[in-house]
Amino acid sequence: MAAYARPADLSEALAILASPRPPLILAGGTDYYPARVGKPLNDDLLDITAIPDLRGIQDAANHWRIGATVTWGEIAAAELPPLFDGLRQAAREVGGAQVQNAGTLAGNLCNASPAADGAPMLMAMDARLELQSKGGRREMPLAQFISGNRRTQLQPGELVTAILVPKPAYQGRSVFLKLGARRYLVISIAMVGVMLDVADGIVQQAGLAIGACSAAAKRLPELEQALVGHKLAPALAQRVLPEHFASLSPIDDIRADAAYRRDSAMILTRRAIAALAIQKT
Amino acid sequence: MRIVVNGKAHTYEGPGGKRLADLLRDDLGLIGTKIGCNAGDCGACTVLMDGKQVCACLTPVAQAEGKPVVTVEGLEAHGTLSRLQRAFLAHGAAQCGICTPGMLVAATDLLAAKSRPSRQEVMDALGGVLCRCTGYQKIVEAVLAASRTLPLPEAPPQGEAVGARAAKVDGLAKLRGHERYGADTIPADAIWLRILRAPHHRASFTVGDTAPLLQKYPGLVRVLTAADVPFNGYGIYPHIKDQPVLADGIVRYRGEAVLALVGSRDAVEAVREEDLPLAYLPEDPIHGVKAAIAADKLVQADKPGNMLLEGGVIRGDADGMFSQCAAFSEGHFQTAFVEHAYIEPEAGWARRVGDRIEIHATTQTPYMDRDEVANLMRMAPDLIRIVPTACGGGFGGKLDLSVQPLLAVATWLLNRPVACIYTRPESMAASTKRHPATVTVKFGSDAEGHLQAVRTHADFDTGAYASWGPTVANRVPVHATGPYFVPHVHNWGRAFFTNAPPAGAFRGFGVPQAAIAHECMMDDLAKQLGLDRLEIRRRNALRVGQTTATGQLLEHSAGLPACLDALAERWQEWQDAADGFNAKPAARRKSVKRGVGIGCMWYGIGNTSLSNPSTMRVSLRADGRFMLYNGALDIGQGSNTIMMQIVADAVGAPMALFDLIAGDTDRTADAGKTSASRQTFVSGRAAQEAGLDLRRQILRLANAAEDARIHVADGALHIGENAAMRVIRLADLPRLNEDGDLLLGEGRFDPPTTMPDENGQGIPYATYAFAAQIALVEVDVELGKVRVLKMAAAHDVGRAINPQQVEGQIHGGIAQGLGLALMEEYLPGRTENLHDYLIPTVGDMPEIEVMLIEDAEPLGPYGAKGVGEPGLVPTAPAILGGIRHAVGVRVTEVPILPHRLRKAIMAQSQAKEAQPA
Ligand SMILES: Cc1cc2nc3c(=O)[nH]c(=O)nc-3n(C[C@H](O)[C@H](O)[C@H](O)COP(=O)(O)OP(=O)(O)OC[C@H]3O[C@@H](n4cnc5c(N)ncnc54)[C@H](O)[C@@H]3O)c2cc1C
Ligand code: FES
Ligand code: FES
Repeated sequence: MAAYARPADLSEALAILASPRPPLILAGGTDYYPARVGKPLNDDLLDITAIPDLRGIQDAANHWRIGATVTWGEIAAAELPPLFDGLRQAAREVGGAQVQNAGTLAGNLCNASPAADGAPMLMAMDARLELQSKGGRREMPLAQFISGNRRTQLQPGELVTAILVPKPAYQGRSVFLKLGARRYLVISIAMVGVMLDVADGIVQQAGLAIGACSAAAKRLPELEQALVGHKLAPALAQRVLPEHFASLSPIDDIRADAAYRRDSAMILTRRAIAALAIQKT
Repeated sequence: MRIVVNGKAHTYEGPGGKRLADLLRDDLGLIGTKIGCNAGDCGACTVLMDGKQVCACLTPVAQAEGKPVVTVEGLEAHGTLSRLQRAFLAHGAAQCGICTPGMLVAATDLLAAKSRPSRQEVMDALGGVLCRCTGYQKIVEAVLAASRTLPLPEAPPQGEAVGARAAKVDGLAKLRGHERYGADTIPADAIWLRILRAPHHRASFTVGDTAPLLQKYPGLVRVLTAADVPFNGYGIYPHIKDQPVLADGIVRYRGEAVLALVGSRDAVEAVREEDLPLAYLPEDPIHGVKAAIAADKLVQADKPGNMLLEGGVIRGDADGMFSQCAAFSEGHFQTAFVEHAYIEPEAGWARRVGDRIEIHATTQTPYMDRDEVANLMRMAPDLIRIVPTACGGGFGGKLDLSVQPLLAVATWLLNRPVACIYTRPESMAASTKRHPATVTVKFGSDAEGHLQAVRTHADFDTGAYASWGPTVANRVPVHATGPYFVPHVHNWGRAFFTNAPPAGAFRGFGVPQAAIAHECMMDDLAKQLGLDRLEIRRRNALRVGQTTATGQLLEHSAGLPACLDALAERWQEWQDAADGFNAKPAARRKSVKRGVGIGCMWYGIGNTSLSNPSTMRVSLRADGRFMLYNGALDIGQGSNTIMMQIVADAVGAPMALFDLIAGDTDRTADAGKTSASRQTFVSGRAAQEAGLDLRRQILRLANAAEDARIHVADGALHIGENAAMRVIRLADLPRLNEDGDLLLGEGRFDPPTTMPDENGQGIPYATYAFAAQIALVEVDVELGKVRVLKMAAAHDVGRAINPQQVEGQIHGGIAQGLGLALMEEYLPGRTENLHDYLIPTVGDMPEIEVMLIEDAEPLGPYGAKGVGEPGLVPTAPAILGGIRHAVGVRVTEVPILPHRLRKAIMAQSQAKEAQPA
């Protein structure tokens, strides 16, 4: 029979993961169970939801620390600065309320679906992941951690213990826009996360990432550069040009075709920037 | 591990990763928690954990430790319904009821945090629970009303049942989580059956030695193959038994059953596909009608040209007339496979009782199941007993056999109870679909817009087996003119076999597909002639005294003009609003445009040109109550309630005195299938006749006048009034049987129709429903996304036996029509789950206003016709018309997914630019 461990202690969890045949990590289970419909459940599992160290959101001087078992629902309800508006929007649009109550942000990133709603927003926010194993602790930028369609840099024996979001120098604000063919319970056709750090009405730093238009969510550095130094006003959206999206590699699938995805990514980006500009005034 | 459910502690010692849903249902017997997908996609399994809604199918039992769980069974306090449950009952928020537990639990979570939520908050809370029946409107209204304590609805008084908004007679069971569906009555000692299905669209295959498999998996009892089925062919039509129960060496569609494993549940579920003794030789499949016509290969060896059948309706000289028309339009339309997506997957169990077989399963058609299983088993029909469970949605998809045949074979061979539950992907891969249609049309009118000639050619992809293909191909030519008077008609339909899932019956039998074409034609003609789109429909609307394309004189009940009149005010109002909105500067519109569209339809009630009788019985029992023996299956549409309302008024006794036995083929009479919107009209009339028969028998006992009052009280019948009152003690009446029936009334009705001649002329249906709907839509021009903001639906139903249920049918039909227009497309192998196959959620639904037109049909019970399917037919045309009004795109292919609409919008603006100024 499959083994199931639900330790209440991080070091115990890391010890279990260090075994020669490490179990699968289970958090909210909202990606795990759907992949096993009609199949026997015979994986050894390490359930990380009873570990206090992985819970909660903390203000840690120069960054925010989102524990690995923080759910979408917790993010949506948390008292957080406007920097997190986009992430909250993403949270409210993941699945339905049940999935938001169980699914974790870290699980979303580790599952590494090209359409993971958490990835573009957190990438745009320059998020890093804290990874721990019995051997130690390391950090890695999210953009590097997700290396492809359902591929990550997670090493055997490692656990994502937190998502670290750096605090912007000035006034960071963010917007997330998601495009799907219906309301609720929908996988994104395309989505964009935009974070702008603004001082005196001028964009000082920009983070911008597109999801569902490449194997993994992708930052658009050229577009980011094109925004920096300009006034945050609705007209800023006009700086968004088709060529900024050339690095995307969208595919045709049941939900949409590639051309539409690329096109929509641009339109969503313009709208996101316009929304930030309107919000400000 | 200690798990607390509904306040009660349980000790659990199994694997921590077991799904909480399985613990609740299988170990604790809390079957109120439903499983529709096991993947988080439907929300039927929603429970509260620590006060928050979660999917019990995605929750490991271990995570419930220390977090109290509440299921639907825990919503009542001390045996009284919660306010929310009462509101659901009063608002008619449950139809089939399979989503109801999830809806109630999700709403309970919200209401605990916020007793007076906004509509938006209600939608956010319910967004993760799918309902395929109600269109969500009554559910949302019920949640919004739940802050007040509503009284429990009472049954209508004597003589006032017909026309009353009576609560569902099976409503309480559904709201308390006590209703038992296909997966809910399986006995503990049943062994399990798992069906193995072909992964190829087309292949030949061989089955090797099964002994090693049995050896490898202890607990596996038997492997069934085609050879185990006594007569391995079934099908809707008596002369077309073309679908094998288990494929015999040839696979004709992906998802076709090839083997069945029988054994302990764990054993059959553990078997890995790679261990099966199956060797496939895949071949290139035939996909689509074009390929079927062109192919030199056949789907079924004895069907030349891959054609199932063709036929049509010819009247006058359509082609000759077109040259004389002042205006005409042509079009070519394409629709996709559509999945029924009932939230309850197919399920049931069977046992052998002596030399009989008893099958308990979810179905829409107990009597057809009985006869079909008897045929497959080479047994007499009366040796088969079908005991239908509650049905968690059907929409036509549970008219074809599912689990029944293999359960019968297995229980017969093994002499043990055998159970089977389809997984969601299995349900979607195996079951029938709506026919994809290619419709080519030409409509011509005179200068005033009066239609003169219509020519339609419709080709249907009927998939690998005939199923209901002939019904669709026959029904569409009758309806393809639209609900309009047209003197010259040439309508033709053909159906072709392909290597796709069998296309069968789905709400509307092909008419929704054809309606997209005829309504676009009406819009085209209006545009050409500068006529208002509603006005051109009014000018052409079929009326009493006119003849249809089949030469049938409409003598009664043709209420389309009244439907259009009812909508006229909204039509103007919404168009003005849309025009006003579109006139705003682009920046303020946010690249969004609005438009209004209209769709009309007519729909023949009951089978096309074929006899489809219903028989109903009602008794007076020794306990002073009445019993309705009701063979008409309630699949959520509410026929149990409708029949009780009708029979109560026919007998002349209060509805509260009536009980019901439904569907059991040993105990009821054949009331036909729950299809073709026929139950209210056909079985309802039979119920009325049965009630009148019983009433006559009662009156005869007292020699009373026809209009004498009947009163049952204190163990006696009190007939007549005052001095003339006769009292007959029930104890003095002889019993007809052990059930305690004293008097038994019976009624039978078969709607009068005639067989068509070679030109399709005749009386295919005894009556027709008519309807018109309008839609206000909003199109995001840059993204091609459509939101339907409002709909108004005017339906001529003859008589609304229960207006609340009629509204519910229309709401639900609109939801499915919206899905058909905007998002639903079944692609075999690619959208076999509710994650990739999208149906509307609560957030996709417009506000709906229903207007009921009651143009009585003398043949129907108290004037009623039917409404089950009509709700869906005009919806897609109305939405598409709205899109066209908003952005000018004439949609000819559904679903119009965002990327398709965006492409069409761009193509159009390019075409405009290319035009010389
Ligand atoms: C109906 C439904 C709708 C959905 N809608 C959306 C949507 O709109 N957008 C979207 O992006 N996603 C959606 N999802 C997917 C899913 O809910 C999210 O990806 C969710 O955030 C996953 O989190 P989890 O905790 O449930 O992951 P789990 O299923 O527990 O785990 C997911 C994967 O990550 C690994 N993992 C989890 N935590 C860690 C960790 N700390 N360290 C290392 N590995 C870890 C697991 O081993 C597993 O491989 C939906 C799912 C369902 C069922
Ligand atoms: S059964 Fe759990 S969501 Fe469908
Ligand atoms: S009532 Fe909601 S699915 Fe049937």
